[in-house]
Parts: sequence; structure tokens; C-alpha cells
Amino acid sequence: MNNEGVDTSVVILALVVVTALAFDFTNGFHDTGNAMATSIATGALKPKVAVALSAVLNLVGAFLSVEVALTVTNAVVNIQNKDGTPKEALLADGGQNLLLIVLAGLVGGIVWNLFTWLYGLPSSSSHALLGGLVGSTLAGLGVSGVKWTGDGTKLDGVVGKILLPALISPVIAIAVATIGTWLIFKITAGVAQRFQDAGFRWGQVGSASLVSLAHGTNDAQKTMGVMTLALIASGHWDDTKSIPIWVKLSAALAIALGTYIGGWRIIRTLGKGLIEISPAQGMAAESSSAAVILSSSHLGFALSTTHVATGSILGSGVGRPGAHVRWHIAGRMIAAWAITLPSAGLVGALMFWLGDGIGGAAGAIVVFLILAGLSTWMWMRSRHAPIGAHNVNDEWEPDVAPVEARRSHATHTEERP
Amino acid sequence: MNNIQFALEGAWKVLLAGIILGAGLPALFALGIRSLAYGIGGDAEVDHAQPHPIGKALAGLCFTVVLLGVALGITIVAASGFGKAVSFENIIPTLVDK
Repeated sequence: MNNEGVDTSVVILALVVVTALAFDFTNGFHDTGNAMATSIATGALKPKVAVALSAVLNLVGAFLSVEVALTVTNAVVNIQNKDGTPKEALLADGGQNLLLIVLAGLVGGIVWNLFTWLYGLPSSSSHALLGGLVGSTLAGLGVSGVKWTGDGTKLDGVVGKILLPALISPVIAIAVATIGTWLIFKITAGVAQRFQDAGFRWGQVGSASLVSLAHGTNDAQKTMGVMTLALIASGHWDDTKSIPIWVKLSAALAIALGTYIGGWRIIRTLGKGLIEISPAQGMAAESSSAAVILSSSHLGFALSTTHVATGSILGSGVGRPGAHVRWHIAGRMIAAWAITLPSAGLVGALMFWLGDGIGGAAGAIVVFLILAGLSTWMWMRSRHAPIGAHNVNDEWEPDVAPVEARRSHATHTEERP
Repeated sequence: MNNIQFALEGAWKVLLAGIILGAGLPALFALGIRSLAYGIGGDAEVDHAQPHPIGKALAGLCFTVVLLGVALGITIVAASGFGKAVSFENIIPTLVDK
């Protein structure tokens, strides 16, 4: 190893750290809606209050976890040993090769997160990150670098950690939320609407808070793990049992800040696009999400928060007698989930080839500049039709909205004395 | 093939736990609201029945069980962060090392 190699690896490391925090930020704002879309749509919480509450709980959640999620990439690629240390073969020249794989993978994850946000589509941030890493590893190490199915002793690899959970989680969530919603409407029939709404408001806020907390604990850890891996690879850290305090602090703040900024476009799709949500349905959906997410991670069968939350909201539409579910919007989301892995992977692979082709610090800088350019472009595009706290709850279909509103107003008054 | 087997094994457990906690607890919460309305009577109910004080006690019971369920959820989140897990082996949840 020569001095020049070390200097180069420091530059790439700095870019990896910044990019990892940027990914963590997009992870936060992409997923705000999972917890808070229902509370915002039903008016249980004012939009700004909802995102602030979710941000604080994500922050608390991120600090709650003292366990080190260093082996996060092991689910899908072979760049780390079992104990979390990087593979020795990748450590030449201050770990440049591994750093570039991680950088390109993160860029793939961020680009896909921003693209889906632009179109208001909830999609899994974890799958985007892992997809980006699969792509960059394929480009960097070839087919053997990717763990497709694991060794058969546990649920593992691209199939076991991404494809199967993605197929199964919405089904489970839809089932649970459908049953819950159906029961709630059966049980509370005959109770005055106003009285129900007041009660379910608390139920909604409570269950949504639980989802936020669980999100902070799960997702912030992944970024912390990736950052620590990069630090170990470049020789700036050597402990696999703990992570530097500044990594923990910055990752926790990044995800909380992202959550607070709020992915309003996605919140709108989840809260207004799929179904017209009532407080009772909101509570059923978030309770289902909280229960499925917590029990799945408890049972070692980790499911994506986004897939579960979307499934739960759909289920709360299915379970309510006479409710209208916009299945074409659900279909678009499911299509986005299906292409998350290949899309993020493609970006990850392209970025690795580009960075590797140019080589050294310059290659990594070019990759980073492309990320900055694409992000800015997508942000500018979003400004053409901005969605924020002010219009997140507008009627989904303006043309039919007045009729629907009048009709629901009419049923509302009938129930009242 | 193994992966599919493992996934289905995990899936039915999650489904079962999800239905008990994710549908059962909200249903119990709804029962609490119903009981409370029954206890208050009048405007709280569509048919404006007389207040029945027993309803309030039943509502309290329902809400307590729901709160215990939420506490269990928070404990699972917090415990996993500290390298512990909640064990249900003795029916009553206890904290054990992972």
C-alpha cells in the first residue's frame, strides 16, 4: 500500500459517508407515510405535528438500538466475512474496491428512492439499498459475488431476503388489516359516529407511533452498519462489536430529519390515493402494520415496513363493507416493488463501471456528482407540481370529489340526532 | 427450495401473531369504545339508550388489555436493541438474552 492509495481511499471514504447519510435521509422521508399517512388523512394529527412526532420517535428508535447491524450486506452479497470484517481480497489500496462497491450501491438506492418519491410511489428503502449493492457487486465481482439463495440452512440471499418476503408481506398485511377492520365495524355498529371518531383518533396515533419507533430501530441501523463497514475497510475503525459514536449520532439525525421533511407525495398516495380512509380504518391499518412488523422481526423473518404498511391500508379498505379501493393505484405500487431490485441494481452497476473505469478518487467523485445532478433534477421536477403539508389531503379525484363529499356528508348527518 | 420452506414457516407464524395482536387488539379497543358508549348512553349511542354504569368498567378492562399489548410491543422493540429478546415460552412474556 502506498501513500497515494491511502489518500485516495480517504477521499472515497468521505464520499461514502456523505452518500450513506444521504441515503439514510431519503430512507426517512420515503417512509414517513408508512406510519403517518393514515393519521394525516383522517385529520387525527395535523400534517406538521404528525411528521414531527414521527421524526422524534425515529430518533428515539435509532438510539434505542445498541446492537451493531454490521453484517447488513451479508444478506445478499459476499463482501464481508461472517463477523462483519470486509473480505481480505477487497482491501488492497486502502479498501478502494470495497468502498467503490458500497458507494455505487448507495447511489443506486438513493436514485431509486427519489424516483419513486417523484411519482408518489411507496417502495421499500431496504430493498432499494440491497438492490443497489447487488448491482454494484455484480459489476465489481461478477455473478459469484452475489448471494442468490444462501446455503440452504436459513432464509438467505436475494431470494430469501428480498423476493419471498416481498411476495408474502403484503398478503399477510392485507389479511390482518381486513380482519381487524371488519371486526371493528361490526363491533362499533350502533355507536354514534362522533363518539367513535374521538376514540379511534387515540388508537390511530398510538399505533402509528409504534410503527415509527420500530422504523427508527430497524432502518437507521442499516446505514450505521454500512458506514462502519466502510470505516473498517479503509482502516479507520477495527471493532466489529461497536460503532463510532459520531456514526450513530449522524445516522440517527439524518433519518429523523428526513422523516420530518416528510415525503408528502408518498403520504398523499398512501393516505388519500388507495382508499378514502376513516379513523377506524386508520387504526386498524396501523395496528396491523405495527403487529406484523414487530412480530416478523421478532420471529427472524424481517419484512419491509413499506410493503406491510401499504398492504395494511389496502386491507382496511377491503375489510370495510362498501368501501372503494382504487386497485389501479395499488397495481402501480406493486409494479414498482417488482422492479425495485433490478432498477436500483442497474444504477448501482452502471455507477460501479463508471467509477472503476475512470479509476481512483476521480472516479468516485464523478459518481458522486452524477448522484448530486440526478437528485437535483428530480427535485426540480417535483417543484412543477409540489405536494406539501398544505395540499396533502386534497381530494384525490377533483371531478368526482364534490359528489362524494356531499354523499358522505349526508350519511354523516343521518347518523347524528 | 429451502428458502420457500423457511419463508412459509415464518409466514404463517407472522400471520398468526399478526391476527392475534394486529386484529385482536384493535377489536378489543373497539369493544372498549362500544362499552364506553353503552356506559354513557344518550348521545354516545345511535339509539340514545339509558346509561349503564357497568359499561364503563368493561371499557376500562378492554383499554387496559390494549395498553398491555402496546407495552409488550415497545418492550420487543427496546429489548432487541439491547441484545435481548422477549420469550413467550412460559406464556407470560419474559426478557431473555438473544
